[in-house]
Amino acid sequence: MYKYDEYDRQIVQERTKQFRGQTERFIDGTLDGDDFLPLRLQNGLYVQRLAPMLRVAIPYGMLSSTQLRKLAQVSLDYDKGYVHFTTRQNVQFNWPEIKDVPDILEELNEVEMHATQTSGNCIRNTTTDQFSGSIENEVIDSRPYCEIIRQWSTLHPEFAFLPRKFKIAVNACPDVDRAAIAFHDIGLEIIKNEQGEIGFKVFAGGGLGRTPVVGSEIRSFLPEKDLLTYLDSIVRVYNMHGRRDNKFKARIKILVKALTPAKFAEMVEAEWQHHKDTEVQLTQAEIDRVKSFFTAPDYAKLEDNPTTFVEIKASNSEFENWVARNTNTHKISGYSIVTLTLKKVGIPPGDVTASQATAVAALADEYSFGEVRISHEQNIVLADVRQDQLFNVWQKAKLLGFTTPNLGMLTDMICCPGGDYCGLANAKSIPVAEQIQLKFDDLDYLYDIGKLDLNISGCMNACGHHHIGDIGVLGVDKRGEEFYQVSIGGRSGRDATIGKILGPSFARAEMANVIEKIINVYTENRTEEELFVDTYRRVGMAPFKERVYAKAN
Amino acid sequence: MPKLIKNAVVSDNTCQTLDKEFSGSVEDIIASQTGTLVPKQFWLANVSQFLENDNVGVWLDSDEGPEELEPYLNKLNLIAINFPKFADGRGYSYARILRDRFGYEGELRAMGDILHDQMYYLKRCGFDAYAVREDKDADIVLEGLSDFSECYQASTDQKLPLFRRR
Repeated sequence: MYKYDEYDRQIVQERTKQFRGQTERFIDGTLDGDDFLPLRLQNGLYVQRLAPMLRVAIPYGMLSSTQLRKLAQVSLDYDKGYVHFTTRQNVQFNWPEIKDVPDILEELNEVEMHATQTSGNCIRNTTTDQFSGSIENEVIDSRPYCEIIRQWSTLHPEFAFLPRKFKIAVNACPDVDRAAIAFHDIGLEIIKNEQGEIGFKVFAGGGLGRTPVVGSEIRSFLPEKDLLTYLDSIVRVYNMHGRRDNKFKARIKILVKALTPAKFAEMVEAEWQHHKDTEVQLTQAEIDRVKSFFTAPDYAKLEDNPTTFVEIKASNSEFENWVARNTNTHKISGYSIVTLTLKKVGIPPGDVTASQATAVAALADEYSFGEVRISHEQNIVLADVRQDQLFNVWQKAKLLGFTTPNLGMLTDMICCPGGDYCGLANAKSIPVAEQIQLKFDDLDYLYDIGKLDLNISGCMNACGHHHIGDIGVLGVDKRGEEFYQVSIGGRSGRDATIGKILGPSFARAEMANVIEKIINVYTENRTEEELFVDTYRRVGMAPFKERVYAKAN
Repeated sequence: MPKLIKNAVVSDNTCQTLDKEFSGSVEDIIASQTGTLVPKQFWLANVSQFLENDNVGVWLDSDEGPEELEPYLNKLNLIAINFPKFADGRGYSYARILRDRFGYEGELRAMGDILHDQMYYLKRCGFDAYAVREDKDADIVLEGLSDFSECYQASTDQKLPLFRRR
């Protein structure tokens, strides 16, 4: 894991000091609210419906147990004793006082955390595959590149006031894309060329929000040393040419579409000619320096599927189920990747209490080299667990309520905080999630349905990624009442697709029944091998529409 | 009196800035003893007369790139870039292009919505003068220049990124 040196420490401390000054000027009235707004956003501070919300970065999803304990402590000292993990590898405090925020940031700085650029029209936290470094089949560990991007983007003097927010994601797995790079302003796919050299396939102009767009490839191979000069070029073109007259047309996706991806790529290449041979070009020494922080932990030499583990699995079907659903194959034999699911009925997805967080930190220390990951599906990952200890981990995590074996299933929903907390939301999202979880609480039924993404957003900003769920739910406001629009057929990974709207929206009370009807059409029509999206593509929208909107007899 | 921060010193800003749509007399501008900032299009239309005059500079709005100024840069000693709102960050890129790509060495002044919290970024992108928003105390705004003592990126003021120095 990356460790700050005196430079990193100085920069985050000076950032906190700067924010303390801004907060003091705001409180004493010399900085008015309108001028403070973009500044506080660039430090992750929103003023929400009920209280301020502070968003803190978890760069590329990694947290040490020390950091996790600190988050728990801060939530007890300054908040209501819980934290909320978001869909972009950030963590939020929902109830801090504005005046306390500089103190909170100082405490977080002590454990090498910050809130810099977690909101605002600037380059946000770079996200990646939550399994990077541990998963089989990855081209290379993506985290060092994310850290290099984090440093480049932190307080970048030219790009602090872009037309709109700007998000970068990195994926290094050829067969899957857990980082959803096609839906980012810049998506970077790490690949090897024919000579075996590492580089990036570069996508630009993807995004969700009110105009969802799949990103376009603008470069087939960018050598790794050119990463930062090329990013500088893309963002400069966007900064100068992105629209600023209409907030809803200001994302880079609108610019790329208006120019065409080919023309946009040409402008970036032309700009890049001025950057590529400057001192900004990465050195091998720097790549190696950053990589040196992400070396493999001290793995034991083990065989896969040790006898005790196989025996317990055979005798305990509940454990076996959990292993099948909630663990992934590790690149090192004898180890597994464990996902603790934070999706229990009645608990907003992503919420973790201070005592749960502290207990997870203890699990990480005992079983996974003291580190956890946060996934964009709002779950916690223990990335390096010995298979012969999986049973112990399962038992302990079960007591914490984190072992619902529903990873990737319908009830493992992505859901934004919605109208219960968020000032932007048109509608509440958490009660909808709860209603659906209650309807589908039978695990056998869930397994029968199989893998299915259900994503819920409380408004057009699409924090719940509703466009890319097999089933997406969007909160809309109809004459002051909360309604929900349903879309189906979205996909986030390799075969990225935006879901299509089913038809007129529904009242909240109908939602679980609507979802059930959609699921029934799927299960009645699917062939044995088909995922939801396959059936949908084969049979089309009509049968779903007919069932859901059929008049009751 | 509006204030100007230049080379980290606060003084009165006596310079007159003409509107973007200005279409008056070139002679009056040249005759004026106080400095005048002329909008880009008017300046370009009368460039031969303005270039000879030390009291005249040119200002760009945030929707006007710097490219057309390139042929004249070695004879220009004052360019100002307007930030109609500080959240409109196009001027940072224009400044870097003027300094880093075109090698402009004269005064580069930020004008408009210039506040404490943008000073450090402006300086890093090559500005050396700042016409502070009138309702702000320029002596306090000045402090913003030193909000940070270290940075990761290369920029106009520091050609080496931190990774080549650490």
